[in-house]
Amino acid sequence: MASDTGRDDFVIAIRSAFLKKGTRQKFSLFTLLIISILVLSLEYFKTGPVDKFRSITKDIIFKASFFISEPFVYLKKNYYNFKDHLQMYDEYTELKNKEYSIDALINENKFYKSENERLKKLIDEKNIYSKEYLFSKILLDQQSPYLKSVIINKGFNHGIKLGVAVKEKSYFVGKIINVNFLTSRVLLASDLNSKIPVIIEPTGTNAILSGQGHNNFAELEFLPKLKKIKEGNIVYTSGVDGIISEAIPIGKVLKKNENLLVEFFVDFNQLKYVKVNK
Amino acid sequence: MTKSNIRKVYHNIIHTFPLILLFVLAFTGFDLSFFLFGNNYYFNFIYAVIFYWVLKKPDRLGYGLIFLAGIINDVVQNFPIGISSINYLLLCSIAAFLRTRTLMPNLLYDWIFYLIAILIISSVNYITLTLIFEYPIKYGTLMFSAFITFLIYPILSKLFDRIILIDLREDSAK
Repeated sequence: MASDTGRDDFVIAIRSAFLKKGTRQKFSLFTLLIISILVLSLEYFKTGPVDKFRSITKDIIFKASFFISEPFVYLKKNYYNFKDHLQMYDEYTELKNKEYSIDALINENKFYKSENERLKKLIDEKNIYSKEYLFSKILLDQQSPYLKSVIINKGFNHGIKLGVAVKEKSYFVGKIINVNFLTSRVLLASDLNSKIPVIIEPTGTNAILSGQGHNNFAELEFLPKLKKIKEGNIVYTSGVDGIISEAIPIGKVLKKNENLLVEFFVDFNQLKYVKVNK
Repeated sequence: MTKSNIRKVYHNIIHTFPLILLFVLAFTGFDLSFFLFGNNYYFNFIYAVIFYWVLKKPDRLGYGLIFLAGIINDVVQNFPIGISSINYLLLCSIAAFLRTRTLMPNLLYDWIFYLIAILIISSVNYITLTLIFEYPIKYGTLMFSAFITFLIYPILSKLFDRIILIDLREDSAK
C-alpha cells in the first residue's frame, strides 16, 4: 500500500514536471521537447528552403552575437596588448642580436619565384588556384575544447566558396566550412577535426596535418616510415586536395617526445582580419 | 536621469538577471576555460544558471526562452541546431521534478541532483552527437568538463542566492 502511494507520488511529480505549465510559462516542457526534436530532425535537409532559412537565421544570430560580444572582445584585445607590451623589450633585444639582410632575402626570393614559374612552364603545369584574396573581418571568435573556429563577415553574397583557404598575412589559418549569405565559418587548423594535406620542405615529404585542439601546435600524420624530417623544417599546404591553395606556410616542425609536431606561425588568439581565397 | 529612474532600471536588471545572463552566455558562447597539465578544461555556466533558476525561481526563466537560448547556443557553437535546446529542456525537467519532490531545500541535496542531471544530459549529448550526427567529440573532455561544472555549482548557487535576496529587498522596498 505504502509503495503504491510512493509510486503515485513519483508519477505525479514526473507528470507535473513535463506537462504542467508554471506561472508565466507559455509552453509545457513536453511541447518544447517535441519542437526541439523536430528542429533537430531538420538538420537532415541540406538544401532547399530549409537551408536558406537556416542560413538567414545564422546570419542574424552571428550579427547579434558580434554586437553582444564587443565588450568581451575589447577586454581580450587590451589583455593581449598589455601582454605584448610586457614582451616588447625581450623581442627587441632578440631582433637586435639577429643579423638580417632583408634586401638580400627579398632578391633571393624573387629569383626563386621567377625560376619556379619558368620551370612550371617547361613541364606545362597549370595553376588551378586563384591568387585573388578577399579581406575579411573576424566577427566572432569561438574557441572551446570542442570547436576552434571563427566567424567572418563575408559570405555567399561576396563570392566565398566552401573549403577554400584562409590566411592571416601570408600564413595559413584554416579553411571555410560553412557559408551563409553574409557570414562564413572558418575551421582553424588547430581544431580537432582539421585535416590539411601538407608538404614538408626541404625534403618534399607529404603528410597530413591534424589539429589537436591546441592553439600552438598540431600533429603530423601519415608520414613515410623513413623520416628525413628535421626540427625547424617548414610545413606548407600541398594543395593535393584541389581546394586549398598550395605553398601557404603553416608552421615549423618541432620534436616533442619522439612525436613530430608543427608549431603554427599564426597566433590564433589574436586574429582580427583574414584573407579568404576567392 | 532622475534618481527614481535609475532605481527603476536597477530593479529591472536585478529582476531579469537570470534572463540577461542566459542570453549573454548563449550569444557570446562564453565559457571560462583554462589550461592545466596540457589539457583544456572549461565550465558550462549555462547548465548551472538554468538548473538553479528553474529550481528556485521558475517564473524568472521561461521554458520558451530557454529553448531559444539553446538554438542560439547551437548556432554559435556550430552544433546541430536543436541539440542544446533538448539538453537544456531535459535539465529543466529534472530541476522541475526535484522542485515538486522537495519540501525542505538543501544545497547538498540540490548539488547531488545537479550531478545526476548533468551526467544524464552529457550522456544524451554525447550519444546524439556521435551516433546520429557523427560529430567527433572527445568523451574524456566532455565528462571532465561536466565534473568541473558540477564542482562550481555551490559557488554559483551562493552568488545567485544573493541576487534573489537583493531582488526580494527591491520588491519589498517598492
